[in-house]
Amino acid sequence: MSVIALFFYLFATITVASAFMVIAARNPVHSVLFLILAFFNASGLFMLMGAEFLALILIVVYVGAVAVLFLFVVMMLDVDFAELREGFLQYLPIGGIIAAIMAIELVLVLGSYSLDAETARVAVQPIPDMAETSNIKALGDLLYTRYIFFFQLAGMVLLVAMVGAIVLTLSHRPDVKRQNIADQVARDPNDAVTLRGVKSGEGI
Amino acid sequence: MEFAMDIPNLALATPELMLGIGAMVLLMVGVFMGETSTRIVTGLSVALIVLAGIWLIWSPAGGEAFHGAFVMDPFARLMKILVLIGSGVAIAMSVGFARLENFDRFEYPILVVLATLGMLLMVSANDLIALYLGLELQALSLYVVAAINRDSLRSTEAGLKYFVLGALSSGMLLYGASLVYGFTGHTGFDGIAAAMAGERSLGLIFGIVFVLAGIAFKISAVPFHMWTPDVYEGAPTPVTAFFAAAPKIAAMAMLIRVVQGAFEPATTDWRQIITFLAIASMGLGAFAAIGQTNIKRLMAYSSIGHMGFALVGLAAGSEEGVSGVVLYLIIYMAMTLGTFACILAMRRTDGMVENISDLAGLSRTNPMLALVLTAFMFSLAGIPPLAGFWAKYFVFLAAIQAELYILSVLGVIASVIGAFYYLRVVKVMWFDEPEQGFVAMASELKVVLVVTGVFTIFYVVIAGPMSIMATAAARTFFS
Repeated sequence: MSVIALFFYLFATITVASAFMVIAARNPVHSVLFLILAFFNASGLFMLMGAEFLALILIVVYVGAVAVLFLFVVMMLDVDFAELREGFLQYLPIGGIIAAIMAIELVLVLGSYSLDAETARVAVQPIPDMAETSNIKALGDLLYTRYIFFFQLAGMVLLVAMVGAIVLTLSHRPDVKRQNIADQVARDPNDAVTLRGVKSGEGI
Repeated sequence: MEFAMDIPNLALATPELMLGIGAMVLLMVGVFMGETSTRIVTGLSVALIVLAGIWLIWSPAGGEAFHGAFVMDPFARLMKILVLIGSGVAIAMSVGFARLENFDRFEYPILVVLATLGMLLMVSANDLIALYLGLELQALSLYVVAAINRDSLRSTEAGLKYFVLGALSSGMLLYGASLVYGFTGHTGFDGIAAAMAGERSLGLIFGIVFVLAGIAFKISAVPFHMWTPDVYEGAPTPVTAFFAAAPKIAAMAMLIRVVQGAFEPATTDWRQIITFLAIASMGLGAFAAIGQTNIKRLMAYSSIGHMGFALVGLAAGSEEGVSGVVLYLIIYMAMTLGTFACILAMRRTDGMVENISDLAGLSRTNPMLALVLTAFMFSLAGIPPLAGFWAKYFVFLAAIQAELYILSVLGVIASVIGAFYYLRVVKVMWFDEPEQGFVAMASELKVVLVVTGVFTIFYVVIAGPMSIMATAAARTFFS
């Protein structure tokens, strides 16, 4: 067994096992920690495929931002997960039926799937030789030329999201003391401190 | 293989660039000027939209940009001008409301401009990715705008409801788009149409169904209409006026391009779906509106019904049908904006009122407003010779030519039933005992009322040129 295969089975087993633990763990904080483990191993799988950019972005974005956000939410909100689970058995039959219908539909749809032989030929850009160029450069070549329109549009969507979050949540409360950095920096010791000669036993 | 950045065709997207850059500049103006900037930003937003509209009217260029993802043709131009009119009027109508109701948020006009940018991109989208991004830009702005009166429980509830259901519909649309891409190997509409010409697999049909379901949510066609009455009622009235006009037109234009551009070879498949949506929307719009007491909810059901009538033309799948839909959208927008101008004028000394019973005896307290609103109600009901009749006439004509007799008969029946609740409003205005009158309306509302009123009442005079314009736009898909 080659080293690559060994690592593949290692990463894949841990990913599946930790993904299972995400839904099985009793403590929600443990669930999030298992989720982080799953992300790490999935990024290992990407690394094995030679997609190092995706592997690192997975860690930066999902572990660094999303999972930490989850952790915050789980710790800050007082959600009683045991109570949420109570109805589990009660809803199991209807949930099972819906899942079964979905599974049948997916089999029906994907059963008829056949990759058009022509598709690979007319691909927008064939996968470049990874020995010559790096992952990031190959992605950038597409993202900033052919897909510049979509890239900029996604930027506009994020701008709207930001404006929206500020519009809906930011409130200026008049009774809150705020820092004014310029005033603080411009403060002169001559106005702020005076030297007084205090006679002993008298005070000011 | 290297790609150039496609600079030469950038000029085709000038209105979009103007709105995008303009919105960012206005955001800066608003942030740096603070609370006092609302009026200036509102004025500049309208000016920006007018400028983009003038550019669209005067620039004859057409073609594709961004490797086929963005298309500019006569259909797109007409629809974009309509969307810009809808958005511009909606912003202008909010001025008086903002002053009197403490609705002083400079972000509101900017978010409307950003939503308009999204709508223009939807109209021009010739690629599934562009379609989705344009739709999401528009939808995200609308969610925020619905909840913009954040101290009001109803407004925030409307925003949240709209957001949750909108996210669900985006999910369906994306699922469908991924199936379509998976089975055709293309995201561009031309490629999809070419790949569909052969044998179509079951998965592709699934994809079409999900994409249409996602878009049906945006035009609030039954059975994806549940959000409409609550959002219309909960959102501030100028926001509702905006929701009822421009986004519906953009989504309908997008639907036309998707079914006539991308799914054109599968006409027999999507026609069933569109026909069902049309019948269900017309039926629900006619029956559910009968029991309403709030005029904004009434207009919500009315808009559901009208989208159903417009879909009748689309179901025909012919050039006459698409031209009928285009005409329907133009007339629908004029009637809706006019009616909402009347609703915005329903103000007593102690604030806004929005019940139908508050209109009692309007013919004696404010005869001019009563006359105009009566014209709009008759027109919405489809009574000749008003504009609304011609809108319905052309879509049903196209459906009959396409031998969709059952659909046409059901549509006419729904139209007759729907007339009941429009006429009830007229009855309340003319025959009920007058209550306290309304205060004088703002001057911008008067302008909107005069223009839309004249358009609706004297439509017969300009019917010829309007038909020619709509036919020219529809020919885009049939040449």
